[in-house]
Amino acid sequence: MTTQSETRVRDGAGHRASVFLYSHVRVRLALLISAPLFWLGLVYIAALVALLVTAFWTVDSFTGEVRTDWTFDNIITVLTGSLYQSVTLRTLGMAVLVTIADIVIALPIAFFMAKVASAKWQRILVIAILMPLWASYLVKAYAWRSVLSNDGIFQWIVQPFGGTTPGYGIPGAVITLAYLWLPYVILPIYAGLERVPDSLLEASSDLGAGTWRTLRSIVLPLLWPAIVAGSIFSFSLTLGDYITINIVGGANQMLGNLVYTNVGAANNLPLASAIALIPIAIIFVYLAAVRRTGALNSL
Amino acid sequence: MQQEPIAVPAIRLTGLTKSFGSVNAVDGVDLDIAEGEFFSMLGPSGSGKTTVLRLIAGFEQPTAGTVQLRGRDVTGTAPFDRDVNTVFQDYALFPHMTVLENVAYGLRVRGVKKAERIARAQESLDAVRLSSYGARKPSELSGGQRQRVALARATVVKPKVLLLDEPLGALDLKLREQMQVELKELQRSLGITFIFVTHDQEEALTLSDRIAVFNNGKVVQLGTPTEIYERPTTSFVASFVGTSNIFDETLSKSLLGRGGTNSVRPERIALRGTPTAATSSAPGTIAELIYVGTSTRIVVDLDAGKRIIVLEQNSASDDATAPSDRRGERVHAEWASAAITPLDLP
Repeated sequence: MTTQSETRVRDGAGHRASVFLYSHVRVRLALLISAPLFWLGLVYIAALVALLVTAFWTVDSFTGEVRTDWTFDNIITVLTGSLYQSVTLRTLGMAVLVTIADIVIALPIAFFMAKVASAKWQRILVIAILMPLWASYLVKAYAWRSVLSNDGIFQWIVQPFGGTTPGYGIPGAVITLAYLWLPYVILPIYAGLERVPDSLLEASSDLGAGTWRTLRSIVLPLLWPAIVAGSIFSFSLTLGDYITINIVGGANQMLGNLVYTNVGAANNLPLASAIALIPIAIIFVYLAAVRRTGALNSL
Repeated sequence: MQQEPIAVPAIRLTGLTKSFGSVNAVDGVDLDIAEGEFFSMLGPSGSGKTTVLRLIAGFEQPTAGTVQLRGRDVTGTAPFDRDVNTVFQDYALFPHMTVLENVAYGLRVRGVKKAERIARAQESLDAVRLSSYGARKPSELSGGQRQRVALARATVVKPKVLLLDEPLGALDLKLREQMQVELKELQRSLGITFIFVTHDQEEALTLSDRIAVFNNGKVVQLGTPTEIYERPTTSFVASFVGTSNIFDETLSKSLLGRGGTNSVRPERIALRGTPTAATSSAPGTIAELIYVGTSTRIVVDLDAGKRIIVLEQNSASDDATAPSDRRGERVHAEWASAAITPLDLP
């Protein structure tokens, strides 16, 4: 071959920089990760550490200023106070209920989307599920306030069957939270189902397994990590919520409300920090438990 | 296609049709497959062969027609109620189960006691020479081993018919040849009907008792491997199964002295420097030579305006001449009249 290869301009700062980066792998790496590392380090880790540290400080009862005197008082108050215990249990129970409700609703929807619907319907459904996420959280919570009210849609639907609306209280808050976090549970389960090849379901059926057997022995075990991944969202988001309960929860409080009042009205930042550590601790325990299922790999 | 009816066939397909939208993937297929037969469905991709297999397995429901299994109409029946088992193209092994659990799954579903199902699954693994692999996960096996686990899993439940959907497609050549032998042996020892889907004509010719060649959702020819290869009835079969030199009507008349469309296999043509009197021949020039190991494919431009392919066996004495040296050489292509196969359709 005698054809001349095209000659390119090989000088200029851009080219020299490229050559430098090409031959200096570490510099290239440092430039790439410095921004995300800065974000993670300063904004996220530092904020958490600050929270942790503040929980061991006190508030001057005269001036209302935070004093950096080290004490375990806040932690002890939070662990032993009956108010904190009952609110923690209530919040935890609600998080579990919301998570279970979301999984039960999400499974058939995700299965329909991944295995039954045509490609066109699949797209429509994904958009339909994502759409509520584009609306404001407050709008959705207030919409449920109206739905759950005594002359709301809920009442109108269940009345002919002899039911009544749960009104404003913990059941109403669980329903509203389950609605709010549903997309976060459907999407990982849908993605998990997409990764289960149809041929596995066919093989199970081919070997004599009925629909229920295939679901139990093939689909659920393969889907378990995705279900757990989805549950992390509904569980942790519920643990931290404090607005929904205010709008549809009546007089009930969640941990978030205690944090909020201590930061605001009570002006006790150290105690608020100590309370905020509770959901963090619960989430850590939860994550440690689910880590073994491999769920964290499918997030 | 017509065939002799078999008294009680393992599988009988009658007017089987499957449409996807306006496309007939399977278009009125009638087939009788005998008990204990190694039956291949051969065709290019999109010819409907896999869809026929899925219709037999019950993964798809036909638009029209029926599927009979040993005289019983199973058309509306679910896959789990049919006495057929499938070896999937991607093997479809359950990734969360061990090899032994995979093989035992069909027995577990049928409620076979644990001790018995482990014994039978182990037996089935022994039969595919994977005795010591029971505790592994499918992800820890090679492609050929997965293939054998899929075979063991499908045969452990003793189906009447085993359906194989391009089971060797993902394996490399050496392993494929080895698995062909094993498949044939397994079929003989189990004595059950194998229905084998493939696009590889050589595989079909090697393994099958009979072959159905598919094109555009229809069976275009049905017969033994010898019949399919030696006496293709259409130009599609002639060119899809092996290589053929197809002569249209005009060329047939001038070169072969016959009417209609005819085909001659490359290995049935000999090249000579001077024509011998006994056979018919045509003069031409060698255009290209392709060395393929045991033989050489020679492209010859006949003076009559037809390019043909000739297959010449290589012998030890040939290696003195580099193949490319023969380019441009004047030759006479010769064939016996027995080598000429008339084709039904153009």
